[in-house]
Parts: sequence; structure tokens; C-alpha cells
Amino acid sequence: MNVMTILIQGTLLGGLYALFAIGLSLTFGIMRVVNIAHGDLITLAAFAALVVTDTLAISPFVALGVVVPLFFALGYLLQRGLLNRTLGDSILPPLLVTFGLSVIIQNVLLEVFGANIRRLPVGNLETASLQLPAGIAIGVFPLIVFAAALICLGALQYLLYRTRLGRAFRATSDDPETAELMGIDNRHLYALAMGIALAFTALAGVLFAIRTTFDPASGPIRLIFAFEAVIIGGLGSLWGTLLGGVVLGIAQSIGAAISLEWQILAGHIAFMIILVLKPDGLFPRTQD
Amino acid sequence: MSLLSTHGLCAHYGDFQALFGVDVYIERGETVAVIGANGAGKSTLLRAMIGLLPSAPAMVRLDGEPVGNLPAHDLVRRGVALVPEGRRLFRSLSVEENLRLGGDFLAPGAWTLPRVYELFPRLAERRDSPATLLSGGEQQMVAIGRALLSNPRVLLCDELSLGLAPIIVREIYARLATVAASGTTLVIVEQDISRALESADRFYCMQKGRVSLAGACGTVTVDRAALTQAYFGL
Amino acid sequence: MSRLPEPTGSTGLPEQTHSAGSRTRSDQHESATSSDRGDQGDSPTLRPMSYRVARSTRSSRLFSAALGVLLITLISLPWWADNGPMRLIAEMAYFLALAQLWNLLAGYAGLVSVGQQAFVGLGGYTLFALTDWYGVHPLWALALAGLMAALVSVPVALAVFRLRGAYFAVGTWVVAEIFQLFVAQVPRLGGGSGYSLTPAIVRSIAADRGTRDQVLYWIALALAVAVTAAVYAVLRSRHGLALTAIRDSERASRSLGVDTWRTKLFIYVVTAGCTGVIGAFIFLLKLRISPASGFDVNDWTVVVIFMVVIGGIGTMEGPIVGMLLYFGLREWLADYGSWYLILLGAVAVVVMLRAQRGLWGWVESRFGLSLFPIRRQLVILPGTGQGESRE
Repeated sequence: MNVMTILIQGTLLGGLYALFAIGLSLTFGIMRVVNIAHGDLITLAAFAALVVTDTLAISPFVALGVVVPLFFALGYLLQRGLLNRTLGDSILPPLLVTFGLSVIIQNVLLEVFGANIRRLPVGNLETASLQLPAGIAIGVFPLIVFAAALICLGALQYLLYRTRLGRAFRATSDDPETAELMGIDNRHLYALAMGIALAFTALAGVLFAIRTTFDPASGPIRLIFAFEAVIIGGLGSLWGTLLGGVVLGIAQSIGAAISLEWQILAGHIAFMIILVLKPDGLFPRTQD
Repeated sequence: MSLLSTHGLCAHYGDFQALFGVDVYIERGETVAVIGANGAGKSTLLRAMIGLLPSAPAMVRLDGEPVGNLPAHDLVRRGVALVPEGRRLFRSLSVEENLRLGGDFLAPGAWTLPRVYELFPRLAERRDSPATLLSGGEQQMVAIGRALLSNPRVLLCDELSLGLAPIIVREIYARLATVAASGTTLVIVEQDISRALESADRFYCMQKGRVSLAGACGTVTVDRAALTQAYFGL
Repeated sequence: MSRLPEPTGSTGLPEQTHSAGSRTRSDQHESATSSDRGDQGDSPTLRPMSYRVARSTRSSRLFSAALGVLLITLISLPWWADNGPMRLIAEMAYFLALAQLWNLLAGYAGLVSVGQQAFVGLGGYTLFALTDWYGVHPLWALALAGLMAALVSVPVALAVFRLRGAYFAVGTWVVAEIFQLFVAQVPRLGGGSGYSLTPAIVRSIAADRGTRDQVLYWIALALAVAVTAAVYAVLRSRHGLALTAIRDSERASRSLGVDTWRTKLFIYVVTAGCTGVIGAFIFLLKLRISPASGFDVNDWTVVVIFMVVIGGIGTMEGPIVGMLLYFGLREWLADYGSWYLILLGAVAVVVMLRAQRGLWGWVESRFGLSLFPIRRQLVILPGTGQGESRE
């Protein structure tokens, strides 16, 4: 495998990790809360897509039309009904409640679907590739995932910086009390943020389930990848998240080129190196 | 029926009681000053009036309706606005975004962005700059403009002159007079007694969480000695 | 004149009462002397009030007695019970120790780690390597495994302490993942498939199986008691006061000169060391270790967190209550697969929403019970400080 191929594959893989990270980054940015169940929600979305494709006999891409709105609603209700009650001065309640949710989701999935490894089939697309000069091949599906990440980040950029809802999100992140003085109901706004975060998470989950296999226990490692992408990129920075995902993806590709076992380890090591050398990430948020 | 009134209002921060049975009423169209030393409970009174500090429902009334237990965003929708102490601009938003947010989630009215720029022309020049890069006076103008864009019936202003040069304070109070002239009811919390009495129709003086003196602001009627006593508790 | 005791010490004789007050357990005797002297002194209107600073409560003294009886029963268990209960109690003991340590870390120092399995596995592997490669006696290896975990935790802390709050939690988890993946790459440690203790090493603890089980059982008890005592000692020490201050307000305590970073580092390293010893012991008991079992987040962290949260985070009693509840639930729901984990998760969520200090926090506030008194209480001694006029 040549260097170009490793870099291209790593970059494309980074798109998937950026998708994983968007939801995590958004909820942290607005509510200052880290959702420990994030990875398990990605897996839950994958299983939801599996059920939808099986029962309706439709393509996973069409299933997105069901799963994404469903997850928006789930996110809204989860925040409104449960997570809003955990917000306060102490970080323990949101942390431990989402931690509890993580364990609940994992084990319910295990009870319902069993421990078998699954995958969402999309036919030829899984193996299709583009041939570039110099013998470099690019998988079509990884390219689609990367494009999806770019579109999502662009959409989020538009939402946050060009709409009144985005202004409200940024304002609430700055100063929730004063945001209330603008007639903003923070509980509703937080619920909307979680809904949007989970909509992105659902997309990430379905694309990931097409790309690789999954099982009820694959949530935690997705949380870790998302988290690494966020920290490498710089907390709260939108495009930094993409950069973080790409750095992680390339590190993993390099590791995988050494041996398959080194793939994930190399990503973790890259993360630790950046954490020690540049704790604010590669792309620190300037306004804070 | 008064526009906004409090009835035996008590308020607490945790175990600490900050207000002890405060009765004030604000009539439509008037400007009322609330004066008092540091820690007298002036800011607390405003925070309780707009629902940032919850109280028993009947302790705060808007149009005679009990609103003490309603959250702030609800009271803002009903026509109360607050220019908070220390201005509290959103630091990741530009000047114009800060202003727009004031009206984004509320019904449109007479106050529009162009009208706010007309009131404070300096803000129009700085509309794209981050709000926190402005001078203190300009920031205060943004905070007032932001509150005006919610088209309030009653505007509560907390320590507008805090940390500002006298010339700026004069300018801001001059603009506030324009706002009052347009029919908006004003409640002004101020430490500068002369400034407050000059700009308002009536005043309340607070001391240790209670109203210690109230009256009309006409120069003849204010007994300075009584006011000093009410202000400092000497 | 007020009949209420003054909130501070004697108005007449500050030195004497101060010396009484600065003791943790001053007795009635000394205080009486100080008030006698007050009578002779020239304090005309006020009898000096005597007080002592106490931490024991009535319930805590009763509890100590009960604890003594329980300990004697448990220690004598091998002579009158068979292996089943011994094995269960040993498991309960090491889980209690893990729970106490996690509670110290998260409940008192605010370091919510989801990566303590890193030190469990590290301790286990250290014991296996020391005994197998260098022929170290397993009991010595227990202590050395703790030392190893403590040493390794220092550079780990330097990295993960850069993360705050929930990100710290995930950061510690990444560290545990790195350990697990790394160990799997070492062929001498059995790689991904694991590693067993040789019979010779096992026999070096004690030649026959019965004695060995007894020794291991007593070690489990000793670990649980020692860790509980150590956590209690830390909380009652200067570090404990600093911790409470940090937990209440990190910024305020920093401005008062409490070195929050050092205190947290101290707690992190001590906890890692103890966790390493327990990890080594767990796998000495199990005789086999693999990367998956050694660094298992569910067994060594998730379950432990649930015990502490349900029992009562930030209380000494919480981990005990939570541990008992966990084992009860596990036995009760043994036939229902992972449903007990789902139930535990749900209970933990409800506890965090409804009663953040857990079951014990509820008991404490309801009945004022405290079995491990940490707070210092001012006890006004009878017959003094009434503020009566002597004239």
C-alpha cells in the first residue's frame, strides 16, 4: 500500500469520525454536557435502520428518511424529559445519567438483538471504487461518507451563523440566563439542540453501519472516536472537528498499514500525543 | 390597575433573604427610579420583577395578574424587558446579532433594528464587530437596544451608569428620555441620586431589602435629609 | 442575657479553650479544668464555655461495636463455613474496596474516572509477570503491583488532567483502552488470548488448596478493611479537608491557597496504587488473565460506579450499601441475563435525578445517621457556656 492511498483512506475515514463527533460537539458547545451514551445512540441508530430496512424492505439510504426524524424526536424528548433535569452546577448528574443510559441501551440491544455481528447491505456500492492514476483506488462509499460529513458541517455552520435559531444557540451557550431575557425558553432550546445532535448522530450511525459491521457492544468505541476527534480538533470548533476526524483517520490508516491490531492503538496514541503537546487541540476556538 | 406591581415581595438567594416584603407599583407611561446603596436589594427587585428570581405568584403582578412564579422568558413575552447589570452582551455574537436576538423570538412592534440604529447611530457603524470589542458606553447602548427590540411595555434598567464616563452617562440618559417620550414605561435602578431624581417622575429608596422612602421627584418635594437617612440608614 | 451558648469558644479564657478545641478527642476532664479556672479568673459576667471538637457520634460508636462483631464473624468464617460463601464474600470484599476507591476519586476529589480498569488490569498483569518471569512470591507481587500502578498513574495523570469534567472521564477510558490494546501486542504476556499462572506459583501461596483458599479469603477481607480504613484516614486528614473544600468550590479553595492540582494528583495516584493491588489480587484469585478480562470496563468500572451511585456518592457508607444491593440484585436476577445491568442502570439514573446522594444520603438526611463521621462537630459540654451572670 502506498503512502497516497493511506492518506486518502485515512482522510475519508476521518469524514466518518467527524460525523460521529458532530453530535457530541454540538451538545457540549451548547449545554456544556458530554453525552456518554453518544456512542450507544450511534449503535441504536444502526439497529433502528436495520429494523426499518428489514420490515419495509427498503434501502438503508431510504431508511434514513425514517431514522433521522425519529432520532430528532428521540433527542428532543430525551433532553426535555430527562437530561434537562440533570443540568446544574455539578457535572456528576449529567455524566452519570448518560452513563446509565449508555449501559441500558447496550444491554437492551443485547437482549433484543443478541450479540451477533450485523451489517447494513447496500449491494455493489460497498465495494465500488474509483480508479485514479498511479494505481490509487478510492472507495465510492467512503467518498459518499466524506461528502456527507462536509455537507453536515456546512449545514451546521449555516444553522449556527446564519439563522435566528443559531444565534439563540450561541447566545444560550454564552449566557443562559441572559438568553432567557431574550424570550428564549432554554429548556426548549436545549431539547432542540439535542434533537438536532441526534439527527446527525442517526445519519452517522446508519452510514457507519453500511461501512463496517456492528453489534450491541460497539457503542463505547464510537464514543471514544468521536471524543478523540473533538479533542484533537479543538473543543467547540466546528471545522476543527473535521480536522480532528481526519487526523484520527490518518493515524488509524497508518496503524492499519503496520498491522490490523495497530489500527485503533495508533489512533489512541496520536490522540495522547496531541493531548500532551497541544491540549487545546489543533484548531482552538478563538472566542471563548 | 398598575402595569407592574409587587406585593409583600420576598426573595431569597439560597438561605440568604434579599428582599423583605417590598411593595412597589409602576403606572403606565411613567418613569420610576429605584435608588439605594450597594446591597440594598435594587437589582434583586428587578430580577424578581422579571422572573429571574422566582417568588410566590401573587407577589408580582403584571396588569393585575399574578406572575411571580413565571419564568423570565414568559415575562419577556408579556412585555417586560431588562437591561441587566453589567450589560451581559453575548460575547460570541456581533453587535447586530446581539440586537437582533432581542426581537428574534418575540412579536414585532414599533422598535425595529433601523430605529435602534437611529437612536444610537454609533452602533450602526460597528454593527459587524464582536460585541465585546466595543467601549463600555457602546456596550450599554447595545444592551438597551437589545432590550428595546423586544418592544417592551416596561423597560427595567439596572445601573446603566456603572463604570461609564459622565459624558457617556449623560448621552445614554438623554436617549432614555426619548424612549420614555415614546410611551415606554421605565424603571431605572441607579446609585447616583441626582441623576435618578432628575430623570424620573417618582422614586423608591431601598435599604437592606426594604423600601425606606418613596415619593415624587419634583425638586421641591424631595426632602434631602430624609432621603439621606433613607439611603444610608444614618 | 442570652441563654444560648456562644458560637465561638470562651470569651474569658481563649487559650485554654482553644487548646481544648484543637484536640479531636479532648475529654471532659480537661475542659472541666478550663472552666474551673474560668471561675477563678476575672471574667465577671460570663462563665467561659467549654467545648470539644468531636467526630464520633452515638450511632458511629454503636456501629463500631457491630463492625467488630461482624469482622470477628467474617474472619472466623473459614473454620465453620464451606467454600461457597467464602468465595462470594471474597468477591464482595474486593468489589467493596474498588467501590471505596472510586468513591474517593469521583465523590470526593471530583475526578470522575471511567478508566479505573486500566489499573486493575495493570495490577493483574504486573503480578503475573513478576511471579512468572522473576519468581517473585505472589504476596510480595501484590504490593509491587500496587507500586507499579501508582508509578504508571503519574504520567497518565499528567495527560488526562488536561481534560475537564466529562472529558476527563472519557480520557481515562482511552488510557485503559490503550493499555488493553498494548498488552495484547506483547507475546510474553500471552498476547490477545491471555495468560495463566503456573501451578508452581499457585502452590507457593500454600501447598494445599484448603489453606490457599483460606489465605486468599483473609487477604480479601484485609484489603477491604484496609482500603476502607485508608479512605477514611485520607478523608479525615488535611487532604480530606482540602478535598471537601475543592468539591464545594474549586475556585474558592484555590484562592484560599488549597493546591487543588496537587491534592487531586495525590488522590489519583493513591487510588491507582490501591486499585493495582486489588487488580493483582483479583487475578491471583482467578488464576487467569486476558486483555479483555483484565481491562473490562463493565466489570471493573461500570458495576463499581453503579454501586457507588446507588449507595450514595460522596459518603463512606454509600459504597457498602451499594455493594450489598448489587450482590443482592445479581443473585436475585441471575437467570435473566443482562437484565440486572439494565435494572441497575435505570436505578442509577433515577437515583441521580431524585436523590443525588444515593440511598445512604437519603438515610443520613432522614435519620441523621453517620457511621463514618468525617465532619468535625462542636460539642458544647454540659454546665458551661450558659452565659449566666455570676453576680
